[in-house]
Amino acid sequence: MSGNEFASVRIPKSLLEKIKKKILNTSFSSASEYVTYLLEKELSGTEDKEVFSKEDEEKVKERLRRLGYL
Amino acid sequence: MPKPHGGRLIDRVLSGERRERALEESKELQKIVISSELVRDIENIAYGVFSSLEGFLGQEDYLSVLGNKRLANDLPWTIPILLDVSRREATGMSVGDDVALVTEDDRPVAVMHIEEKYGFDKMELAQQVFGTTDVGHPGVAKAFNMKDLLLGGKIDLINELEDAFYKYRLKPIETRILFREKGWRTIVGFQTRNVPHLGHEYVQKTALTFVDGVFINPVIGRKKRGDFKDEIILETYDALINHYYLKDNAVLAVLETEMRYAGPYEAIFHAIVRKNFGCTHFIVGRDHAGVGKYYKPYAAQEIFDEFPDLGINPLFFTAFFYCKKCGGVENERTCPHGEAHRINFSGTEIREMFLRGEKPPQQLMRPEVAEIVLKWKDPFVD
Repeated sequence: MSGNEFASVRIPKSLLEKIKKKILNTSFSSASEYVTYLLEKELSGTEDKEVFSKEDEEKVKERLRRLGYL
Repeated sequence: MPKPHGGRLIDRVLSGERRERALEESKELQKIVISSELVRDIENIAYGVFSSLEGFLGQEDYLSVLGNKRLANDLPWTIPILLDVSRREATGMSVGDDVALVTEDDRPVAVMHIEEKYGFDKMELAQQVFGTTDVGHPGVAKAFNMKDLLLGGKIDLINELEDAFYKYRLKPIETRILFREKGWRTIVGFQTRNVPHLGHEYVQKTALTFVDGVFINPVIGRKKRGDFKDEIILETYDALINHYYLKDNAVLAVLETEMRYAGPYEAIFHAIVRKNFGCTHFIVGRDHAGVGKYYKPYAAQEIFDEFPDLGINPLFFTAFFYCKKCGGVENERTCPHGEAHRINFSGTEIREMFLRGEKPPQQLMRPEVAEIVLKWKDPFVD
């Protein structure tokens, strides 16, 4: 992460305590490092995208049309 | 569009062969007869309206919701979703068993996999959720009437029951696709249990100046005496949208669940539900989900400070009134004129006008809306 600028975010203290417990005896050296790892994983490529099967989506659109929503 | 609460939309609806098999097997299972309110909550769990819940709360989650207003995994959750049974009903039911949840007329709704059976303190439930143990509070009265034991465990829906509001019932997967098809990136959810007056319209349209669409989502289900009947709420909103909204910017669909009247904690719950429908924002007005004088007027707004990780943006509105001097809908921050020039959007006063057979003035309510209410002999819940 060297070269990156950092910013603070607020999380509940109770959650921070849980994170600290979780990373005990792991390779993560801090709660920040672990949270950054999780968020990068979470946000990589799938942000804002819904995944529905084509079949489900067609069924949904058909119902929405029938009810007058589309 | 925000991810559903907990990261994924819960889907506990059985279909095809699995459903057929479960239906057949459910005939042999021990039965629990459930109320129509519980039927709706089971459907809400199964279709992801209550994501991240997959069933009724087990004890760890239940105690965590009461004490911390979060599930045991730290996810915000403020209203416990519970299945109560009597000791007699629970006889012979053990952890690990499946039971059939059936309607009062014996139609199977779901199969529940019992993971826990536990007792609970009704006083504690009332105090922690409603902030009072006064039986004059409708939520408290209901809590005290609950049976003595709770069952926790996941459910699988095997039958969705149609009702008069079926054409207004959209599931989260449907609203999410609908919003996307409409090209909405920002959506504000509006919770209501009233016919719309001009104050409501003003709030929605003010929000609409900042977001792409408004999702008007009345709560349909058991309500307290004196609230408007569900059919009237829907009919009046249809009229309001037809006459006064751009159709591409507003969607009307129902949320079928009972009002709990838990004020601030219900406001958080309502926000979570609208996040699951795909809303990015949620309107919280004065005394949201309140009843009587049990909650401070803006407690339901202040509580959002405790949930910075909710995943939906609250939009706070103060109380509005019509100012005769300004000639429009105003609030304390925008209008310099005194009380003498104001007409308040008082639900009680509007109700009394209707009871007298009077049409509220146009400054309070659109005539198309008022005429629909007046057409009903008795527009209020008995």
